[in-house]
Amino acid sequence: MARAVTPRRKALNTVVAWVIGLIIFFPIMWIFILSFKTEGSAILPPLDVLRSSWTFENYGVVQDRSDYFKYFGNSVVLAFGSTLLGLIIAVPAAWAMAFVPSRRTKDILMWMLSTKMLPAVGVLYPIYLLFIKLGILDSRIGLTIVLMLINLPIIIWMLYTYFREIPGEILEAARMDGANLREEVLYVLTPMAIPGIASTVLLNVILAWNEAFWTLNLTAANAAPLTAFIASYSSPEGLFYAKLSAASVMAIAPILIMGWFSQKQLVRGLTFGAVK
Amino acid sequence: MKLKQTLLAASAMALVTASGALAQTITVATVNNGDMIRMQGYTDQFTEATGIGVEWVTLEENVLRQRVTTDISTKGGQFDIMTIGMYETPIWGANGWLVPLDDLSAEYDAADILPAMRGGLSHEGTLYAAPFYGESSMVMYRTDLMDKAGLEMPEAPSWEFIREAAAAMTDRDNDINGICLRGKAGWGEGGAFITVTGNSFGARWFDEDWNAQFDQPEWKEALTFFVDMMSESGPAGYSTNGFNENLSLFQQGKCGMWIDATVAASFVTNPNESSVADKVGFALAPNKDGIEKRSNWLWAWALAIPAGTQKEEAAKAFIEWATSKEYIELVAANEGWANVPPGTRTSLYENPEYQKVPFAKMTLDSINAADPTNPTVKPVPYVGVQFVAIPEFAGIATEVSQEFSAVYAGQQTVDEALAKAQALTTDAMEAAGY
Amino acid sequence: MATQHSRSAARLMIAPAVTLLLGWMLIPLSMTLFFSFKKYLPMRGDSLENGLDWVGFENYARFVTSSSFWPAVQATLIIVGGVLVVTVILGVILALLLDQEMWGQGIVRILVIAPFFVMPTVSALLWKNMFMDPINGFFAHILKAVGLQPIAFLSQHSLGALVTIVSWQWLPFATLILLTATQSLDREQLEAAEMDGARWQSRFIYIMLPHLARAITVVILIQTIFLLGIFAEILVTTQGSFGTKTLTYLIFQRVLESQNVGLGSAGGVYAIILANIVAIFLMRIVGKNLDA
Repeated sequence: MARAVTPRRKALNTVVAWVIGLIIFFPIMWIFILSFKTEGSAILPPLDVLRSSWTFENYGVVQDRSDYFKYFGNSVVLAFGSTLLGLIIAVPAAWAMAFVPSRRTKDILMWMLSTKMLPAVGVLYPIYLLFIKLGILDSRIGLTIVLMLINLPIIIWMLYTYFREIPGEILEAARMDGANLREEVLYVLTPMAIPGIASTVLLNVILAWNEAFWTLNLTAANAAPLTAFIASYSSPEGLFYAKLSAASVMAIAPILIMGWFSQKQLVRGLTFGAVK
Repeated sequence: MKLKQTLLAASAMALVTASGALAQTITVATVNNGDMIRMQGYTDQFTEATGIGVEWVTLEENVLRQRVTTDISTKGGQFDIMTIGMYETPIWGANGWLVPLDDLSAEYDAADILPAMRGGLSHEGTLYAAPFYGESSMVMYRTDLMDKAGLEMPEAPSWEFIREAAAAMTDRDNDINGICLRGKAGWGEGGAFITVTGNSFGARWFDEDWNAQFDQPEWKEALTFFVDMMSESGPAGYSTNGFNENLSLFQQGKCGMWIDATVAASFVTNPNESSVADKVGFALAPNKDGIEKRSNWLWAWALAIPAGTQKEEAAKAFIEWATSKEYIELVAANEGWANVPPGTRTSLYENPEYQKVPFAKMTLDSINAADPTNPTVKPVPYVGVQFVAIPEFAGIATEVSQEFSAVYAGQQTVDEALAKAQALTTDAMEAAGY
Repeated sequence: MATQHSRSAARLMIAPAVTLLLGWMLIPLSMTLFFSFKKYLPMRGDSLENGLDWVGFENYARFVTSSSFWPAVQATLIIVGGVLVVTVILGVILALLLDQEMWGQGIVRILVIAPFFVMPTVSALLWKNMFMDPINGFFAHILKAVGLQPIAFLSQHSLGALVTIVSWQWLPFATLILLTATQSLDREQLEAAEMDGARWQSRFIYIMLPHLARAITVVILIQTIFLLGIFAEILVTTQGSFGTKTLTYLIFQRVLESQNVGLGSAGGVYAIILANIVAIFLMRIVGKNLDA
């Protein structure tokens, strides 16, 4: 940023970047527009769509048909619940890996990450049978655990990279002052780790919110989140663009808004601390 | 609305509990088709009358199938009622996975269910699912374009006539395709259509010893005819068109003819949705000259109760309500006769009010023309018109139809696709132990 | 520095995570292995309670000899590879662009990262229907408006269409990581090179790319993990037709559509092996580059 840029160059940058940004964002903006149109006008050529009248009726129809807030509530519980549960398990593990590394630490990390590569479809039957035996099909607790397990490797990995950035000397000093392990974690480590934990939480909430295989296959009426809500609006008989758009907007808006507000933390979170 | 429903359920529950019975809530898995969505709107009335609450799990067709199949085959017990079709019902019934519906009440009048529907939803004479709506397939055509082409649609056209008429109606400059048909992969989409087309050309899926028959000349003739006709007169990119896409095309006036489910008739004649509502005629699905089998299928979306549910009585009460004559009357009173769930009851077709609906007679004739126990010219070991009622069929037919769709998209030849279809069907049947 | 005491404490702290993941991996994995040697056709009445017949390696042999197997491996590699290439190249370009001075940089960045928040099902649905549909889709309308024939993207250019959809979802991720890396570039070094008369291309190749190498590795690693499992996008758009049947989707067909759990489980084992090959390969590169 130190370099001075000519106004012309800056204007050029601005135009190019805005055009590209708008192109990338366009699909989302387009369904937003379609969600305020009637079914009949949602399939018209783009210019006619824009000229047609606006309506809120799709949102009303969708809400009437499927109780949005039930699905929304489940999504919130599952996304935050699984992240929180994950943190409880991951923080000690990542802490230990970062501050008391052993020769095998790296291998363990890599192995954890590799568990994410197991193809979910391949193990659907085993998991389904297991859930029946445990009686946790279509329960929020069962799904919370699954989502936690899916994302646990990512949580640990991210926390580990953050914790490693915390200078060990500070802990040493605390220890000298007579702090025990609990105090060390609680009063010294935690405040320093808050930004890293925040980024981790954010990324995992997004991943859990958008997870669409297990959330669809392990739920029925009770624990179904927004991914199941959407499945009732894709390709029904007749015209459906406007209602599908409204339902889509309702499903993605909460996480989109949350993501935008916290994009600074997110950027940090996404980089896994590996990039500076 | 939801609040009202909850309040009603709560008050009904209070009443019932007071009288000693147990209030229950049942979970119903269903497909997101228009008639089911409409039924959800009327559920309050059921809850009000019986005190039984209903939780809906409404899913898109493919997701629904995947979901309920996993659940039933593992005895997951997630649902008290499942919406299934004519393909699943006899197989699941034979496995003992469904509660027999042989003790429905006298007022329900199970004998009133159309014999074709009853037969297709039974196993060894026992009814395992009650039809919510039933359908066959038929020709829907634009009367104005037919006149313009100087042709007249016979009541029972042949494929040859259809092809000729399609070519005559096609006007690509004005975005009018003579004929719109399903080309989309999937056993219930393009797979169903090409199977019935095969039937009407004398082809069959298997011979009596369960050998795949795609190496036979009838299949080549049927598929070649279909591909040639569609490239002459069909819409661009028809290899991804299913029911929905064609419905949309027809409603926008872009098709001269459309051969598809009889339930589509109420959509294409509905002036709120269709730009051609007053110019639609109906005819029986075609056959090849000299072949007696017509290309019409038989299907029903039906409600079934998985064995092992704790709420069998409540589930039966719901099924009796949703598939009753009274429900049909309820819909008729509120939305008109054209919008009632069609194709399930004899009494509906005897009702003079319903006979005024333009597509009523052709729907009934088409349903009656389909014969699931004897679907093909040559003898077959299976039951089912547009499907083969064995558990392996859905998987096989989806893959076969994917090969065919690749032909429609111009990515391989008819011969290549048939060879692949033959190989993969043989392989899958071997894997299943035939 | 680490005492014996703290070592055992550390082990205790790692134990829950390791145990859970081990369970999550081993329990389904061993059940999958078990099923893969059995004849398990639930629709034919086979169930765990009734006992399953042992069929040896029959399922394994059948899975690989099926005509769908090699095309599926190929489709998997094309989709994963295609998305990686597209997102890395476009990501680098976008990162360099967003790093420039401009007005409203914050807003542009918000626009660019938005697709990352869209759930895969929704993004597949919106591309398939509202954009790529050959009748009512946005692109079809545009093509017709300029007098061209609409294109059925999902059948005629199925792999390209899928790569486009998935790349749209993952481009924000790549861009963000690469942008962060770009921002830490040594400006003085760049300026010095510029003074010395180094052309743009050589500055890019000799200074920027090496600096970005680590970030690119992270992008490739993380994306591969997620991309090997993409499923919703295919289920919603092509359902495996027109050459888009990936290994994951093939297993889905075997297990759920054909209801052959034994055969599907054998496929699952193959997929796990493939994933591990890729994993080892990636770990090698990443291990070198990440210096954990």
